[in-house]
Amino acid sequence: MTEPAITTGLTTPAYRARLWWLAYALALALLPIAFGSSFALTLLSQIGIASIACLSLNILLGQGGMLSFGHALYTGAGAYAAIHLLRLASNGWAVPVSLMPALAGVCSLLLALLTGWLSTRRAGLSFAMITLGLGELAWTLAQRFPAVFGGEAGLTANRVVGEVFLGLSFGPGTQVYGLIAVYAWVCTVLMFAFTRTPLAWGLRAVREQPERAGALGFDPRNVRYRAVLVSAFFAGVAGGLAALQFEIVTSEVFSVTRSGAYLLFTVVGGAGYFLGPMVGAVLMVLGSVWLSSITGAWQLYLGLLFVATVMLVPDGLSGLAVRLWQRWQARGWRLLEPADVLQIFAALTMLMGLTALVEMLYQFQLRSTMGSQLTLWGLTLNTSEPASWVACALVSCTGLTIWRWCQRRGGT
Amino acid sequence: MAFLSVTLLNGLSYGLLLFMLSAGLTLIFSMMGVLNFAHASFYMLGAYLAYSISAAWGFWVALVTAPLLVACLGVLVERYLLRRVRSAGHLAELLLTFGLSYVVLELVQLVWGRGPVDYAVPAVLQGPMWTMFDAQFPKYRVFMMVIALVVLAGLRWVFTRTRWGLLLQAALTHPHMVQALGHDVPSLFTKVFGLGCALAALAGVLAGNAFVTEPGMATSIGALVFVVVVVGGLGSLEGAFFASILIGLLQTFAASSAAWNTWAPLLPYTLMVAILVWRPRGLMGRRGD
Repeated sequence: MTEPAITTGLTTPAYRARLWWLAYALALALLPIAFGSSFALTLLSQIGIASIACLSLNILLGQGGMLSFGHALYTGAGAYAAIHLLRLASNGWAVPVSLMPALAGVCSLLLALLTGWLSTRRAGLSFAMITLGLGELAWTLAQRFPAVFGGEAGLTANRVVGEVFLGLSFGPGTQVYGLIAVYAWVCTVLMFAFTRTPLAWGLRAVREQPERAGALGFDPRNVRYRAVLVSAFFAGVAGGLAALQFEIVTSEVFSVTRSGAYLLFTVVGGAGYFLGPMVGAVLMVLGSVWLSSITGAWQLYLGLLFVATVMLVPDGLSGLAVRLWQRWQARGWRLLEPADVLQIFAALTMLMGLTALVEMLYQFQLRSTMGSQLTLWGLTLNTSEPASWVACALVSCTGLTIWRWCQRRGGT
Repeated sequence: MAFLSVTLLNGLSYGLLLFMLSAGLTLIFSMMGVLNFAHASFYMLGAYLAYSISAAWGFWVALVTAPLLVACLGVLVERYLLRRVRSAGHLAELLLTFGLSYVVLELVQLVWGRGPVDYAVPAVLQGPMWTMFDAQFPKYRVFMMVIALVVLAGLRWVFTRTRWGLLLQAALTHPHMVQALGHDVPSLFTKVFGLGCALAALAGVLAGNAFVTEPGMATSIGALVFVVVVVGGLGSLEGAFFASILIGLLQTFAASSAAWNTWAPLLPYTLMVAILVWRPRGLMGRRGD
């Protein structure tokens, strides 16, 4: 056994962890000031909400190895709980707005007492299918009962209800952002603390070796069930915050697309790391807002990004960053070998060619309204000329060939 | 009486269609352990390809070539994508097919547009087949049932009577032994994946004009097929058969009765919940996970 290193003051791990949390709190507080616009504030609010949702999904995926295709069941339940609470509050119930997301989390947890019990009846791939089925069930129910769920039009409410406490009415966007930031910080701390609890250790044990964990006294089904409960609570908080932010909830909150997006971005961010889902949440909001504003085929790019992540960097962008960081520490400036540079070049070439092809196909679809010309990468392409198609195909094929050559040479 | 017999036949034809889908899914799952999330996407591709091909060369050409084309695509997917992530485990494979379902959906929308396409039943098969208790039963439904039964009987024959089928059955339970005996099991896997995709595509060709060919068709039936597989028991072909017929009948009866109409889309999921409470391993599933 080696002597424990003597550490004092600023360098102890616990102290450093506290510094990280402080930095996160500061970032949450300073970012809206740095990007002063109200649009940026909306984006930041959505990122905060999405990061809670993705982190809660990762309790199941990253810690428990349980693939949930129906996480929108819990975020949606939280959203409906919060909107109903708002409506009740406007009818004279004394529920403070600031507590509603937490109450929404509790409602979602109550739902999970039932649905979680059902989904954890089976593990592995069956769990994935059951969560999908339950999610579909909720979605169909929400469409069938407009009295409770508002149907297609959804339910609306006004978040400025009840007494103004400490000057906070939660009317202006900044105040809602403040509420979201506080919840995001607290929930992130709590979910990180959760990874240190005996339940989380049990969950990881059950993920790796269910039989051995069972022999050690962790009933796998029970452990998974409790993990679903914890995850559902935080998902409900995220849903409740979203309801406060948008003041409208439609049956779409239960949709498969929503569940799929949480899963997709958690994996892209990196399910194996605590920070991964937060990276994913940032990408999710920026991707759906920014990417959708510049191209109509944005969901195709997201799908391709996801497939590429699963195939090339299974531990997500966080994993990639960690590996780059380790290389940086080991090699310094000689981070990349010439072969790596060539491979990155090949990937970029392929990407350029493929995006050009996709954009041309998209333009071709809409040629009656948008014409046949488009400008991409500073080049003018014409979908009615074969030359443009051939050129784009050639560029992609060149990229692919170099890529394959690099792989055969044993690249990274 | 008229209502009963027509609804029964409608339910059966729908159930058989579901079985064509769930059979491919089950086959792929029990062979390779891959839960193909993109299965319904291949079903959708089958319908869209059939639409394009039948517009150019007629329905009968489409009936044969669309499944074959999708099978080729399935083979490519297995060979160049799925096989690469096999070492990372089943969750990675599931995630890959999940991503693939996104890509296929977007490509379909890119090529054929976001609205439904006009994929019609061929003129020969239009109109009623027979009149039974004053109710007409459409020709195309009968055609669907016949094709489904012929294909399924053919599959059964291949599995139990041909050398390739026996090899497949052996590889199902003892892949390492079959490999050790000198057979190329990975290529067998590829073929099975292609076969499963072809079955899904054939179901798409048949269902595309009976129902509607639109980009949402994959998601709507995908979840249903998963429910079928959970109810029947993961990995059990017989279970998938009974569950498909059960859900097909249940949903058709509910959809055609006035009192149950609103509940029809909920029924399969309710059935799934009931099965999970009563018998978590499904109707004919094996014990354990």
